[in-house]
Amino acid sequence: MTFQTGDWVRIHSVILTPDERTSAIPKETRGVPLEMRVKGWLVTAGASIGDAVEIRTTLGRSYHGTLEAVNPPYGHDFAAAIPELLRAGEELRAMLAEAEGETT
Amino acid sequence: MKPIDYQSVMARRNETMLSALGLDYAPFLQHPVTFDYEALMAQVSYSLDTVREIQSRVGVGNTALIELRQINRLVRLLAPKGKGARIFVKDEAANPSGSYKARRAALSMHHAKEAGFKGAVAATSGNYGAAVASQAAMRGLDCIVVQEVFDSLGIGQPEILEKGRACEIYGAEVLQLSVGPELFYQFLRVLEETGYFNASLYTPYAIAGVEPLGVEIVEQMQAATGAAPDVVICTHAGGGNLTGTARGLQKAGASDCKVVAASVDLSGLHMASDTDFNRKHFTTGHTGFGIPFAGWPDRTDVPRNAARALRYMDRYLLVKQGEVFYVTEALARLEGLERGPAGNVALAAAIALAQEMDADQTIVVQETEYAGAGKQPSAQLSFARARGIEIRRGDPDDETPGAAVVIPDHPSRIKLRDVDLLHVRKSLIRKAAGLMPQGRKLEAEDIKFLAAETRSTLEFVEACVT
Ligand SMILES: Cc1ncc(COP(=O)(O)O)c(C=O)c1O
Repeated sequence: MTFQTGDWVRIHSVILTPDERTSAIPKETRGVPLEMRVKGWLVTAGASIGDAVEIRTTLGRSYHGTLEAVNPPYGHDFAAAIPELLRAGEELRAMLAEAEGETT
Repeated sequence: MKPIDYQSVMARRNETMLSALGLDYAPFLQHPVTFDYEALMAQVSYSLDTVREIQSRVGVGNTALIELRQINRLVRLLAPKGKGARIFVKDEAANPSGSYKARRAALSMHHAKEAGFKGAVAATSGNYGAAVASQAAMRGLDCIVVQEVFDSLGIGQPEILEKGRACEIYGAEVLQLSVGPELFYQFLRVLEETGYFNASLYTPYAIAGVEPLGVEIVEQMQAATGAAPDVVICTHAGGGNLTGTARGLQKAGASDCKVVAASVDLSGLHMASDTDFNRKHFTTGHTGFGIPFAGWPDRTDVPRNAARALRYMDRYLLVKQGEVFYVTEALARLEGLERGPAGNVALAAAIALAQEMDADQTIVVQETEYAGAGKQPSAQLSFARARGIEIRRGDPDDETPGAAVVIPDHPSRIKLRDVDLLHVRKSLIRKAAGLMPQGRKLEAEDIKFLAAETRSTLEFVEACVT
């Protein structure tokens, strides 16, 4: 599938390769590149995922990188309730209710 | 064209940062250790009243002070007879971008606009990004935020994803980086390319912007209880929150009020580790920032950090991740306030501390922050669980950051754990002494400076260096 000029996309680029990284970091970090992702309007016409493209950000600045996604979801949410916390909440309510009973 | 490789850009760091600040740091860099801190703060030429006015024009500040009556009842049930200080909270979530960081951004962006900058750049994975973006939007300034958000698998920490989304909503260009301190290199490149303002968290503007928070606390507590609070607890990371608040308390005349720092204990996790990155369930207010910044504030994007928390800290308490999640639940269930993570660090510490204090005393937890997707315990703990981190009830002292979160099985499990401030002070003083050139000794003036830097005495400093 190809995407059009003006699509809202995210690109990926490598800022520093592992051998360009500072030595003052743990080795698991030094073993991987420093990467960057930016979103903007696609400038390159007829590009597919994985192509080298240009974008313009919302401020009109230009970036080059690999086309990674078209209008990707933010990807975070509320997830699921935590039963351990729900129970804790009930206990706290009960503790206060019980204390109320004692004083009245 | 200037070379843009890592070494070349880093070599130009000082000139790049300085031209992007519109402030002259030269007078404060003449001596390797000592400088006039009050003169640095006096670079902000506005009076406290003017700062309040600038902020109130953009809807920043004047947040509500709320007494936590139900939590206070709980504290009295737990405390020995006659103990159990009353806890109040300052609802900083009501600021335009949802946290006290709007105060820091408001004055910085006012200054940027006055100084003629067309835009601002902030290196932050925190609420400050949204704060700068929001304040920039109000003034028609461009905003670029450089944040550390992904590990090398491309997985984003939920809370930082939320902060990035908020920045985008306010029209910022968001550069999302993987883990590593070389984010600073990318930040410098953007400053060089754009000539925009360096919206550092650590300029005098960013700190002076917090002072009204301390002043409001005194005014509101006087109205509510007839007196300034006995203790103010600040969630502590880089130290600007505590520094600005404490300075405000002093300006409002509350010199007897004790200022307590609180951080989440993340010991054992490395802040620059790609694999530890998504095993933390807090992105600020933790020991990964709090301890190094208390012990040595000059580790930032400005030549002299205006946030110098050790100058104002009377005590420094650590809480466990499980305690903060528990207290977040308590705040929602018992007080009807669903609030984000950072302020609840200080609240957890307050619940333990209140039990040591007399019933006629008061504590102010000086902030809440906004709640939302990615920020809530449900998001963080579900994310943790999916990474194999154990979540259970029990004694939070058994918690191991990165491996287990232990949610208290009873409120009496929330405990006071003091950081040894004597040790922190000593290490700052020794490090400073080590900066003196060969053959040059600390003079009387330097000893005085270090005593103020560490909230200690001349004798203490002398004993540390001999
Ligand atoms: C809501 C909130 N509270 C507290 C803090 C801690 O402030 P500081 O870094 O100035 O210590 C931060 C930021 O790090 C924050 O975003």
